[in-house]
Amino acid sequence: MTTTAARATTVEVRLPSRLGFEKVAMSTAASVAKLMGFREERIDDLKTAIAEACINAIEHGNRLNEKLSVGVILSAGADALEIKVMDDGKGIKAQPTKPDIDKKMHGEEDPRGMGMFLIQALVDEAEWVVGSNGKGSYVRLVIRLDKDQDQ
Amino acid sequence: MQTDTKSKVEQASSPAGTPVTVLRFEGDISSASKDAVIGSYQGLSKATVKTVLLDFTKVEYINSSGIALVIQLLMEAANSGQKVLAFGLSAHFQKVFTMVGITKYAGLFPDQAAALATV
Repeated sequence: MTTTAARATTVEVRLPSRLGFEKVAMSTAASVAKLMGFREERIDDLKTAIAEACINAIEHGNRLNEKLSVGVILSAGADALEIKVMDDGKGIKAQPTKPDIDKKMHGEEDPRGMGMFLIQALVDEAEWVVGSNGKGSYVRLVIRLDKDQDQ
Repeated sequence: MQTDTKSKVEQASSPAGTPVTVLRFEGDISSASKDAVIGSYQGLSKATVKTVLLDFTKVEYINSSGIALVIQLLMEAANSGQKVLAFGLSAHFQKVFTMVGITKYAGLFPDQAAALATV
């Protein structure tokens, strides 16, 4: 880990745009979160959120183009972990919506399309940022240490 | 890089003597798991199999694409009049399944005995 600012520690990972490599980001994030003192339940939340963010970046941002990579930056602060997952796509303008299981079961809604909802539900902050020049978009996640329960 | 999903079909019966077909999964459940999840389910007889039990005990990673396959299985089972139960999910994935509403269509249980006791 490289210290880049007082009380902030940054870890960067670059993933190939190939499904399955989201697990590298998951294990890296879990290691950082464990060092910070997050409890296991929150680490599981973080792993799922970061996996879904990376899958979106690989599938939709970089469209499975293995010449492009997905960047993951983990910034560990005193009381929170911020994660940015970056791709070369145009970004997502839609807002996460809660899946409607009845519609899915009746074929009125795609069974897929739950990634953004899970991300938003499992972390404390989730923000989708569209790149200013039509590329270089990212999703920013924040998960906070609960001083009473974590550590 | 994606871990293969293995699936195995076994027969069990409830304490009341009702036959139950158990689909045991192992590995990851992701977009690459269609054959293991949907294929193994579709291999079951719709005429004779009335209750399907999904065993996730040996599954460590499920992503949203994998959850979508489970929903597809539930949809096909509902259309065939079959009951589906599940067990062996970690506390985290029990929470995720509950968040997306799967528990409305498939009961979740801590282990096989608890699931069979309800059949």
